[in-house]
Amino acid sequence: MSVPDDDPFVIAGTKLSSRLILGTGGTPSMAVLDEALRASGTALCTVAMRRVSPGTDGSIIDVIDRRGVRVLPNTAGCRTAREAVRTAEVAREALETDWVKLEVIADERTLLPDPIELLDAAQTLAGRGFTVLPYTNDDPVLARRLQQAGCAAVMPLGAPIGTGLGIGNPHNIELIVSEAHVPVILDAGIGTASDAALAMELGCDGVLLASAVTRAQDPARMAAAMAMAVTAGRLARLAGRIPRRHHARASSPTEGMAVL
Amino acid sequence: MTHDERTPAPGCTVRLNGEPHELPDGTTVAVLVATTLASPRGTAVVVDDEVVPRSRWSQVTLRDGQRVELITAVQGG
Repeated sequence: MSVPDDDPFVIAGTKLSSRLILGTGGTPSMAVLDEALRASGTALCTVAMRRVSPGTDGSIIDVIDRRGVRVLPNTAGCRTAREAVRTAEVAREALETDWVKLEVIADERTLLPDPIELLDAAQTLAGRGFTVLPYTNDDPVLARRLQQAGCAAVMPLGAPIGTGLGIGNPHNIELIVSEAHVPVILDAGIGTASDAALAMELGCDGVLLASAVTRAQDPARMAAAMAMAVTAGRLARLAGRIPRRHHARASSPTEGMAVL
Repeated sequence: MTHDERTPAPGCTVRLNGEPHELPDGTTVAVLVATTLASPRGTAVVVDDEVVPRSRWSQVTLRDGQRVELITAVQGG
């Protein structure tokens, strides 16, 4: 199954063959991750940057490379703009990409973005030539400010990271989409396939998810479900849904009823 | 006491990813990476808060007391 050719997904001039972006955190092994990558059909997946630790389960970069997937380093765990900028610079050197999923979180309990630090980091990184994809609150005004700062996309949350609560404020997501001149990617909160489909029906250009797949009982099967949901939601959005009505409207002809 | 009369130091100690790590004198970043990692792919080196570009690994010699961070990609959101 593929998205129609006349509907390319483009971030910062780069065409991606899938609107599903996979986070790689949470799988029990590289083998499970590899299967999930394959089943998802993703063209872009995130990684975190951490100290080298001896005796790890092979390099994730090798797994990602073998699948022909582009890598998107994140700044997960950073609490300040300074930390996030430094992490992005380390990632650029390590992975030879200037793309970064910018995350600046406020606290461990909610993992919600800190909007002040986020905007500060976004401005700095955009100024240094990074392609900045910020993980942000579902705040239309902040999304606007991030675009003005030069971000290549905005990635509002549906619900806090890892909760699987779905999209808590669909109205805000629609509002962000309606004003955006860069791709909008629903990031975080997806629990199951219908959440991903809803994100696309609301007009998002893509979906980024990790836990929903990596912590599912069968990650590869859920990855396949998400791929279909993202495609289905996108097609439904482009097709134009019927308006909601309060009363029924027959689909069979009302004329020509036989007298029986 | 002249320099030549001192007992030659066996090497220097850096903090490698937060842990003390002995190195022979004159060890470059390139040598440290080669002796520590199976592959340098996907790795960045930070010495005293400065990212050392890959192209300069063989030119930067580590000195006693420096903080060295070897950072790589891992699974993550």
